[in-house]
Amino acid sequence: MKLSAYRIAANKLRTTHILSVETESPTVKIFTFKDKQCARAKPGQFLMLWIPSIDEIPLSILDAKENGIVSVAVRNVGEATGAFDNKSVGELVGIRGPFGNCFTLKGGRILMVSGGTGTAPILFLAERLAPKIAKLVFVLGAKTKGELLFMNKSKRTLGGEKTQLIATTEDGSYGIKGLVTKPLERLFERERFDMIYTCGPEKMMRKVFDLAEKYGVGLEASLERLMRCAIGLCGSCVIGRYRVCKDGPVFTAKQLRAVKSEFGISKRDFNGRKISL
Amino acid sequence: MIGHLKTNRLCVDLAGLRLANPTMLASGILGLSAESLGSIVTGGAGAIVTKSVGLKPREGYANPTVVQTSYGLINAMGLPNPGITEFVKEIHEAKSFGVPVIVSVYGFSAEEYATVAKRAVGAGADAVELNVSCPHVKETGSEIGQNPKILTEVVRKVKTVVEKPVFVKLSPNVTNIAEIAEAAAKAGANALTAINTVKAMTIDTEITMPILSNKTGGLSGPAIKPIAVRCIYEIYERVKVPIIGCGGITNWRDAVEFLLAGATTVQIGTAIALKGPNVFKKITHGIDAYLKRKSFKSVNEIVGLSHCS
Repeated sequence: MKLSAYRIAANKLRTTHILSVETESPTVKIFTFKDKQCARAKPGQFLMLWIPSIDEIPLSILDAKENGIVSVAVRNVGEATGAFDNKSVGELVGIRGPFGNCFTLKGGRILMVSGGTGTAPILFLAERLAPKIAKLVFVLGAKTKGELLFMNKSKRTLGGEKTQLIATTEDGSYGIKGLVTKPLERLFERERFDMIYTCGPEKMMRKVFDLAEKYGVGLEASLERLMRCAIGLCGSCVIGRYRVCKDGPVFTAKQLRAVKSEFGISKRDFNGRKISL
Repeated sequence: MIGHLKTNRLCVDLAGLRLANPTMLASGILGLSAESLGSIVTGGAGAIVTKSVGLKPREGYANPTVVQTSYGLINAMGLPNPGITEFVKEIHEAKSFGVPVIVSVYGFSAEEYATVAKRAVGAGADAVELNVSCPHVKETGSEIGQNPKILTEVVRKVKTVVEKPVFVKLSPNVTNIAEIAEAAAKAGANALTAINTVKAMTIDTEITMPILSNKTGGLSGPAIKPIAVRCIYEIYERVKVPIIGCGGITNWRDAVEFLLAGATTVQIGTAIALKGPNVFKKITHGIDAYLKRKSFKSVNEIVGLSHCS
């Protein structure tokens, strides 16, 4: 009883001030704030961010430092993220979390594939994984050069002989022209990987998953769904029999095989109805 | 699903429904998709209750919809659901899990309750549970369940159109719950679920405003357990229909307390956040061990036992 009460209270909402706002791309900003609990987050975990009077949204964690500073990347898409985009330094927000599981830290030869703001948790993972890696190929994609996120941070984090950074843009304005999945088949033909980590648009992750299955490589993918409670109760984020907030957001290839009819295909909307992605 | 625990000792008859054990999923938790209901059955639930379904789709409220407090959760989801037309396929699928499926129903009029209940039963529901106690949506829920006259009208109307058992989930946010329970029973309710969440609010002291977008919501979890026990005790003294106990149960001892107060079965919801879907197995094991230790032959022997002294 004491323990369970503690566990509910452990993730109580707390408020914090926005410490900094940086423009990462025309549509994405990076916000930092201080929060002891989220500073202990592991790569792949997410938090719930409350923008008073507007909304509370799930965000994956881009970085969590020992000094308590946490970073998140926010794309200006909806009312909430739009409002957050206009938030300035010093304003108060509410935080719950960190929630969900995390990526496993596998060493060896690693392939990471990310798209859009999905790059945030992957980059966080890459930083933590760096000491264990024998070889890392990091493929990241965007619609256009200006939207390729964290290129500088990636180069800083992943610099060195052990790593190879491949960028793709749909309009060909930078790197390989095409979808982020384009260079993958050739990579699989040429190289052997011990593990694949991916986060980004779900259709992209589905393609990465299908290739991983074809070439027999282990995979972990971080999924996104509509979130409300974030503690595994309300059922808003279900995929198959899994709750993305509690059983995920990181799923293994084995788990994804069990939800093949939904992964990359459909999600549930606000009223719980299945709609196509 | 619970292996060696399929003993007669734990079997209960709930208004004609046969449950292998007295634990049930409470409405509102994970109940919009058949597959997640399936994980609850795997976790050991003797019966499942769906999230509340209405006539038309509803998106529910904007976040924050859930606040975590020291001894419970306050939620104001706003009854999100796809509407009964879309939901019938989930009912069909949930039927394959081999435990009774109870569909929670809400409406904005007696006619709506009846229409949705009828379609739920048509899709295979073993019973319906009327949500006349949701504390955070206007013109339904507790606004119906707090008024014995309107409640009677809704229960009667539903009873005329469905042949399966009709359960009525009661609100604790009333002056005299036994009086409301009696009205529901007289109108034909086959069982009473007690209790729904307790109307509540939290205000953030830094941001100086209520946290929930709906401002008020319903409190669940350990905080409301003693309230639920008292409500069940009072209802048991007054009416003869079976009581389904609900409100803050997290372990077997809580469940036994509810049974002793007069509940025939218990519902579990918030505890899933703490202990996962296997909480049903754990609680069932605990009840079974208690019955053995106390030399009871059946769980039914302890229902209402605390009233004897």
